[in-house]
Amino acid sequence: MTKRPRVSRTKTQEDTEAESGFKPGDSVALFVTCLVDLFRPSVGFAAAKLIEGRGGEVIVPQAQTCCGQPAFNSGDRDTARDIAKQVIAAFERYDHVVVPSGSCGGMISKHYSELLADDPQWAPRADALAAKTHELVSFLFDVTGMTECGETFEGSVTYHDSCSGLRELGVKRQPRRLLESAGVNIVEMKDSEVCCGFGGTFCVKYPDISNTMVGKKTANIAATGAGTLLAGDLGCLMNMAGKLRREGVDIEVRHVAEILAGMTDEPPIAGSHENHEGDL
Amino acid sequence: MQITSPSFKDNARQAMADADLQRALGNVEKGFINKRAKAVAKLPEFEDLRDSARDIKNHTLAHLDLYLEHYEKKVTEAGGKVHWAADAEEARKIILDICKSVDAKRITKGKSMISEEIALNAALEASGHEVSETDLGEYIIQLRGEHPSHIIAPAIHVNKDQVEADFRRVHDKLPPERNLEAPESLLAEARGILREKFLSADVGITGANFLVAETGSSIIVTNEGNGDLTQILPRVHIVTASLEKIVPTLEDVSQILRVLARSATGQEFSVYTTLSTGPKRAEDPDGPEEYHVVLLDNGRSSMIGTEFQDMLRCIRCGACMNHCPVYHSIGGHAYGWVYPGPMGSVLTPSLIGVDKGGQLPNASTFCGRCESVCPMRIPLPKMMRHWREREFERHLSPATTRWGLSAWAYAAKRPKLYKMITRLGAMALNLASRNKGALRWWPLAGGWTKYRDLPAPQGKTFQQMWAEQKKAARS
Amino acid sequence: MSSRETILATIRRSLHASPGDRTRAASVASRLADAPAGVIPARGQLPDDKRIKLFAKMLEDVSATVERLADAGDLPERLADFLKSHNLPPQIVCGEDELLAGLPWKKAKTLDVKTGRADGTETAGLSHAFGGVAETGTLMLLSGPANPTTVNFLPDTHVVVIRAEDIGSDYESVFARLREAYGKGNMPRTVNLITGASRSADIEQTLLLGAHGPRRLHVMIVG
Repeated sequence: MTKRPRVSRTKTQEDTEAESGFKPGDSVALFVTCLVDLFRPSVGFAAAKLIEGRGGEVIVPQAQTCCGQPAFNSGDRDTARDIAKQVIAAFERYDHVVVPSGSCGGMISKHYSELLADDPQWAPRADALAAKTHELVSFLFDVTGMTECGETFEGSVTYHDSCSGLRELGVKRQPRRLLESAGVNIVEMKDSEVCCGFGGTFCVKYPDISNTMVGKKTANIAATGAGTLLAGDLGCLMNMAGKLRREGVDIEVRHVAEILAGMTDEPPIAGSHENHEGDL
Repeated sequence: MQITSPSFKDNARQAMADADLQRALGNVEKGFINKRAKAVAKLPEFEDLRDSARDIKNHTLAHLDLYLEHYEKKVTEAGGKVHWAADAEEARKIILDICKSVDAKRITKGKSMISEEIALNAALEASGHEVSETDLGEYIIQLRGEHPSHIIAPAIHVNKDQVEADFRRVHDKLPPERNLEAPESLLAEARGILREKFLSADVGITGANFLVAETGSSIIVTNEGNGDLTQILPRVHIVTASLEKIVPTLEDVSQILRVLARSATGQEFSVYTTLSTGPKRAEDPDGPEEYHVVLLDNGRSSMIGTEFQDMLRCIRCGACMNHCPVYHSIGGHAYGWVYPGPMGSVLTPSLIGVDKGGQLPNASTFCGRCESVCPMRIPLPKMMRHWREREFERHLSPATTRWGLSAWAYAAKRPKLYKMITRLGAMALNLASRNKGALRWWPLAGGWTKYRDLPAPQGKTFQQMWAEQKKAARS
Repeated sequence: MSSRETILATIRRSLHASPGDRTRAASVASRLADAPAGVIPARGQLPDDKRIKLFAKMLEDVSATVERLADAGDLPERLADFLKSHNLPPQIVCGEDELLAGLPWKKAKTLDVKTGRADGTETAGLSHAFGGVAETGTLMLLSGPANPTTVNFLPDTHVVVIRAEDIGSDYESVFARLREAYGKGNMPRTVNLITGASRSADIEQTLLLGAHGPRRLHVMIVG
């Protein structure tokens, strides 16, 4: 068994800057994530706009598919390793890698090194990529030093802290600080740090348990009376939005990047074009 | 006890349909989460103590054979005896033999998960001994013929009304018109009944939170005092403990005690932390005449050196299950054996086999809340993932999962093919949603759409749109 | 092979340890000999008076009552007053502890002091603590003829006397004193660390006092 020193504390802003200071003109590769790619391209465009707003040159490497989490979390390490290598090869040449998801961001920055630890050729490359990979909001706030988002958003918002972003990457205050800078009124829900029950394949392998979990979550969301639910991970957002819609709860669900980038023209997640007034 | 872990999904469904249980599970939050958070906030050194506690156990496990030998030497010097049990059956036999040797009729017990693991009560009763659990929660579930649903709050699944009904049923010599409405009266009644049993017991059996190598002491940590009455009043004290309970010194145990109660119940320190060393001394007016420690392996020695070794740091505080949203949804019994929650999801497959316990490590979202509160910094999600790897390697995962995974992997490793498929997928899903923003059903997504709508894609994939934009910008 | 040998052999095999490995043995021997302290919370590291105050406050936080006596000679009367104020019979059971035996019991004429172990019939027990831990308001009591363990658990009310100078900052300092008193590696049969009165939350997580041990813990700090 390989024992690697555990990094248990969360990176502080200072640590991050020391590792990979950002300067305008830096190349920033966007790992768009498979869910954003397939279900919600607008999040990818919002991310690109935000990064460009900070002076980064956004590149979308063509060879990206998925971060490999479905394989990794299903016990298929060989496939996970293959995909990790594919991602490393496609992304390592850029100054920064940014992911609009704590879950996929955590996969790259926390688990690739673990997966490839025994591979002398790939381990250092995995470590190097990990050091420059960031969840989007954390990148904007911690790495580029963004404090004002420059947009305004009317209305009250409640924010769900997606698990991987929160616990693996320490994303908590950054989205709130940036949202507050847009004049957003944040109404905290009860248990914002408790899992929504998505869990990747969990929600289809254990649909009943997942349903109980998301049911508690949507009750907490509805109780806030907020007009909009935000989070930083599309998996969680689709889970919560799908449940809210099934329950008939009237609340707009969006990825935090859409608000920060001022890109709310698209209907919200699981919201219909018919009901959405923004783009008619 | 009967293992029902393989039917975890059915167990869970039943648990979620049980209104009484769901109501009781609300008490997990009320009882534990905020209290822990407050206790942790009050001690600035808490995180450092977690590191310290982890390091102590890692050191101990790396030298486990030597510490066990020293511990045995010290117990023997103090006049006690250590019995080594390779498995549950051997442990039961040792205990039955001791009870027989002193002609024990009545046996009192302090809370012990090892006793549950080796199914001790059934064996003792089958041999004609009268066995009384004395921890209030354990007593309640013993009356109900159940097993603990939580490692430190065994009756957390039971409501007050159910306790009252059980007491009225079993304590049938007490006046039926007595008022048992208040929890205080239930406690007083149990206290009265059990006091008599404490005073007349021949053998007391406790668990151990720690075994101290330096002194040969066993330590129990309780709030009720029942464990103490169990180990000082009868003629014989038997300790059941698994071998990873060992810590080197009193200093080491002081470190771990500082994180134990805070993580478990949110107390600064439990009410009673008691160190027992050997039998009573010649001049002692009280205490047992015999002191036995049954040291159980039951598969643990084989966990050392594997990816599951870190699990042996566990001090059974219950913080992982207290913070687990899956546990909150289904309670402890659904896990189907002795140890529920995240720690159980890692430990159970080690002890009963991944073929039987394999569902447990799969039933996790990897939300990581368990690891974030574990005082011993056990990487629970990582170890659940290791179990999934073992399952995958042994082809134990369901065929549909494997098939789906390999089809997905084939595409994910071929970006061009992947792009083609996702384009088609985005288009098809979007068309099917007919501008309503979501679908109520989709082939192979039944697990999802049974309970929630499937948000519709926006029509094209990001990659597709990005490429189009770049192309437009160039021309 | 006995189970003992099998288990130890499995552990050694799993650890890739050879039985004659001197480094491992030395590492264990030095830890047992030196008993290095780990992280000691700053909370209890206070000068005498503040430390005693913290000790009292922590005990009060866990539903114990505390009183401070300048002179041990006042203890019998104060104890009688305490029992009376709680409508308890003027009876107490305690061991042959030197400090307790030396008290002027005649000053409390009505008080009936029984010496020896408790048997479950007594309403109040009196013990002399070996030490206290300010960090969490914890008492350390040692078994033996001086302070039988049954006195700590069977009576409904437990009164514990402690000398102010025996209240340490942390567990480690009190364990160190214990080592001095008994010799390294030796222990009395029972060492009780007591922090508050007996309690249970097993019924719907409602906290109730007096589960199996004493409902009431009263601490008298002398000095």
